[in-house]
Amino acid sequence: MVLLQSIVSLLYYVLVAFVAVLLAWNFFRSRKWEEEILYVIVLIPFLLRLLRLK
Amino acid sequence: MRERSGADGGAADPGAAGPGRALPRGPVLVRKLVLAALGLLLLVTSGISFSRHRHRQEPVVLSPGVSAVRKLSDWFEGVRGTVNDCNVYVLEGEQPGATMLVIGGTHPEEPAGRLAAWILAENAVMEAGRLIVVLSANRSATTVTRVGGAYPPDFTIPTDWGEKTFRMGDRWANPLDQWPDPEVYIHHPSGQYLAWVDIRNLNRAWPGRSNGTLTERTTWAFMELIRREGVDLFIDLHEAELQYPVISTIVSHDSGEELAAFVSMMLSDTEFKIGMEYSPPTLHGLSHREVGDHSGAVSLLFEAPEPFLDATRGRTTREQLLTGKDEFVVKAGKAGLLFETMDENGWPIDVRVGRHTSTILMTMESWTELNPDRPLRCAGVPRYGDVIDRGVGHWLHDPASAPPARVVVE
Repeated sequence: MVLLQSIVSLLYYVLVAFVAVLLAWNFFRSRKWEEEILYVIVLIPFLLRLLRLK
Repeated sequence: MRERSGADGGAADPGAAGPGRALPRGPVLVRKLVLAALGLLLLVTSGISFSRHRHRQEPVVLSPGVSAVRKLSDWFEGVRGTVNDCNVYVLEGEQPGATMLVIGGTHPEEPAGRLAAWILAENAVMEAGRLIVVLSANRSATTVTRVGGAYPPDFTIPTDWGEKTFRMGDRWANPLDQWPDPEVYIHHPSGQYLAWVDIRNLNRAWPGRSNGTLTERTTWAFMELIRREGVDLFIDLHEAELQYPVISTIVSHDSGEELAAFVSMMLSDTEFKIGMEYSPPTLHGLSHREVGDHSGAVSLLFEAPEPFLDATRGRTTREQLLTGKDEFVVKAGKAGLLFETMDENGWPIDVRVGRHTSTILMTMESWTELNPDRPLRCAGVPRYGDVIDRGVGHWLHDPASAPPARVVVE
């Protein structure tokens, strides 16, 4: 069970990293300042989780 | 470079990079850099705040009665090196007697439980019997606050020598230590379905299992401690919202009914009103049920009132946490929504901690009366009136003036 949970947990971190990359990429490509602000704000909790701070 | 229209049909920003285009230039690049810098600033400041909370050191000045400080992993290797490998304070009595285990910090958002245990670890001297104390039963849950709850990350108690700051915690273990949660939490070994998030709730994970989640392994380690040390009496310290019916009470396993009724009667007659409730036999995962069912220990759970936890509270601040004052909870009381009295005096932390220390002492006295061949006698611990008169901080000692060998960190 612990092994299974560790695997699932690892997959979740991979998912978080993937979404974080997508958000950063969209921030880079966006042409609207409202969207850019939104991407920056949404990206922060993903980075905090990846850095294991929150 | 050919300009593209925006998705809303408006004109695009000059210099912007469209799909498949090169780097943004000019004012768009500047804007992106400024926004990225602001985002980075927010990330760093919030990250520092979260990191400080998670790694805050809480010194404990050992009472002369503490004969050993062990780790929970001494009883079960499965938690060694984890965040939940908490300190276990052992206070051997001068005379033989029963063994009592008191745990605080099952739910670290209920600070009176931790502080009452803290007073034991810093002041208690056992005259008969053995006392084992834990201050951070779910240490992981002391390193995080409730998501979206706007909880303060810490709180400070004034003392005779200055101030002492403690980590404010949550009801559940930190998701950084156990994640993700399942859709439904199936309790082991009962198979009962519980709320998904309670898979990280220490008081829904008893008696635990050796190959389970961190929370389950933690309760398993405590069960090993209880079984191998021959604990006779187990006490789990809590606080509850005033809108919750199980409040200002002792919840008792079947094996402790006589003792709990005796303690309730004596305290209600001499110090403050406290009830007694039976542990429901079909509600699983709670310490008052599972510790009694899976060991020889009598298991009790104490609840003190904490308005901070009420859903109808106002601003969730340090002051509200420590004074227990809240006009909105008072209003809820006037509307008949509470199971405990509430007025403008609130429920200060001194009152809540004093209830716990007196209930522990009265439990020792009542136990000794019912089991004179296995006594529990303790000195140095203040009663309800003493804590209210002098404040919790009076019984928290200065780590700077204590011998280094008598100071440990939670």
